[in-house]
Amino acid sequence: MDNAQLLISGLANGCVYGLIALGFVLIYKATEAVNFAQGDFMMLGAFVTIGLTNTEYMGLPFWMALPISLGIMGALGYLLDRLIIRRLFGESQTAVVILTIALGFVIRFVAGLIWGHEPQTLQNPLAGKEVRFGGLVLGMEDVAVIIVTILLTVALYVFFSRTKLGLAMQGASQNQLAAYYMGIPVKRVQGFIWALAGVVAGIAGILFAAKGAVDPTTGLLGIKAFAAAVIGGFGSLPGALAGGLIVGVIEPFASRYIAAGYSQVAPYALLLAVLIFRPNGLFSQVRVKKV
Amino acid sequence: MRIVFKTNYMQDIRPWKDRYQLCLYLILLAVVAAAPWWLDAFYLGELTNVLIWAIAGLGLMILTGHTGQVSLGHAAFLGFGCYANVALIEAGVPFLIAFPLAGFLTGIAGVTVAIPALRLHGIYLAIFTMALSILMDDIIVLSEPITGGVAGKYIGGVEIFGHLVDRWGTPDLFFWLVLTVAVLVTLGYINLLRAPLGRSFIAVRDSEVSAQAMGIDIARTKMISFALSCAITGWAGALMGLFAGAFNNETFSVLISIQLLMMIVIGGLGSIHGAFLGAIVIGFLPQFLSISKEYAGALFGGNTVAIPGLEFGIFGMILIAFILFEPMGLYGRWFKIRTWFELFPFYRKDMFKRQKSYLKTERLR
Repeated sequence: MDNAQLLISGLANGCVYGLIALGFVLIYKATEAVNFAQGDFMMLGAFVTIGLTNTEYMGLPFWMALPISLGIMGALGYLLDRLIIRRLFGESQTAVVILTIALGFVIRFVAGLIWGHEPQTLQNPLAGKEVRFGGLVLGMEDVAVIIVTILLTVALYVFFSRTKLGLAMQGASQNQLAAYYMGIPVKRVQGFIWALAGVVAGIAGILFAAKGAVDPTTGLLGIKAFAAAVIGGFGSLPGALAGGLIVGVIEPFASRYIAAGYSQVAPYALLLAVLIFRPNGLFSQVRVKKV
Repeated sequence: MRIVFKTNYMQDIRPWKDRYQLCLYLILLAVVAAAPWWLDAFYLGELTNVLIWAIAGLGLMILTGHTGQVSLGHAAFLGFGCYANVALIEAGVPFLIAFPLAGFLTGIAGVTVAIPALRLHGIYLAIFTMALSILMDDIIVLSEPITGGVAGKYIGGVEIFGHLVDRWGTPDLFFWLVLTVAVLVTLGYINLLRAPLGRSFIAVRDSEVSAQAMGIDIARTKMISFALSCAITGWAGALMGLFAGAFNNETFSVLISIQLLMMIVIGGLGSIHGAFLGAIVIGFLPQFLSISKEYAGALFGGNTVAIPGLEFGIFGMILIAFILFEPMGLYGRWFKIRTWFELFPFYRKDMFKRQKSYLKTERLR
């Protein structure tokens, strides 16, 4: 029973990692760049929603604030691409990596300026409710996290593998010049994907803020989401979810069964092992080249 | 206007362009070496700090700037070098032997890391090294008998030829020690770049495929690059430990790794000047910010409030500006200004314009 409880709470945590990892994978799949600021984006999404919803700020009703904050996050993602990332078009991945790391610093600083450095929670309608089945106790927020994550992963997976726009995105990432020749508006596609990544980060942030407190350094959680994305294989959406779940489940079990001090090492040790033995991740799609 | 016509190969690979340039560098070195006489103790300490960061930057520059392998985990090697040095000194090894040995050990550690890392490229390598840096934090805590764990370690001065060299007691001696290491590392670096090995590093950076076609053993080259880079970083770490006096696991956190990488980007990737310029920016940014904050406070009459995270925020903005407008960093800007003067009436605006390039996937190679 104890193990099952650990498993469930691990899964709920893992879903948040999975959501951030989903953001990485989205951008990587469509632009072949990695957004190291995705974790900070999530933090920003959480704070935007807190700013709109919580009574000490704007005090809007939760269901009204939700679409507004997602819209803001999407617009931010698009503007980011439009104003900054687009100038690096065709540059090496390294430039984007360093740029997004720097961006993370700036976002953390700005969020600290606006919302302060105290941990805050989102006032949401789900707070305090619980679901019980058998002897298991599960917060309503955890259930929401799990459901939303699965829905989002499925939706994005279908989007990338079935729709024309999704396929165009994959094509644009694999060879920009060839994609141009095939009539894909590569730049517009990239702007769209950054907006989408902003929305996903916003969703992750809202769910995370509903589960627990956020402060400007919460974005460093993104490093764990990296582990998740790599374990799952950087180019695979279901892989990101699976990787997130693996990392999320390992954590509570490690802190339960492994001596204190060694337990927090577990996700990173797993990450190193995966990188050494299967550099492309467990669920990678290295050889599939459909587009 | 000073044009050097290169008529043979030996002239091309000479470490300096002509006698004039050599003289300039010697004068610069003399001025810096005389710093204890014209700087007060506080700024001498700052200068020492800058030089230590520059050595660390040179270490990372070999790997990232010249071999093209991005590492987000060099703080792990800084820590390794620092603890190796202290452990050796505590075991009774004299400093002059312990210090080179610490760098050597860090180099070996680097090779050990490089073996699995050889299969990775680009993003994956960056994440691998980042995970390494995070793990190092925990490893330092866990190996408490050697490292002192969370409580950390303390090291006073070290003895060289009967003189006690200590950051606080004899700041001038400590400064000269750091300067000597910096000069030696720089000379070694310059000569490395003239040698076939250094040139193969650059070949690997620019195109692995064509490097291989030229008969370069990619795996071996990357491994040597890792070893050299980590050895230099280890020395910088050892000096950093001496400089700080007391240190623990948090001294070498992953943020330091990121800061180190950003430093060489601001300075200018792929140039020795870049490591020094970047170190100057990193070293003096906090001072500059606090001074300008006081100045602004006096100007507008407000009280100077400490804004947490300001330093990193400004730092990030500077970095974004550099990547967008001057990818070659401070050194690139300096190089352009110099070229303008050297070619005075003939400088054209688009001389350093970047060529358009298109990205191909790295997933499927």
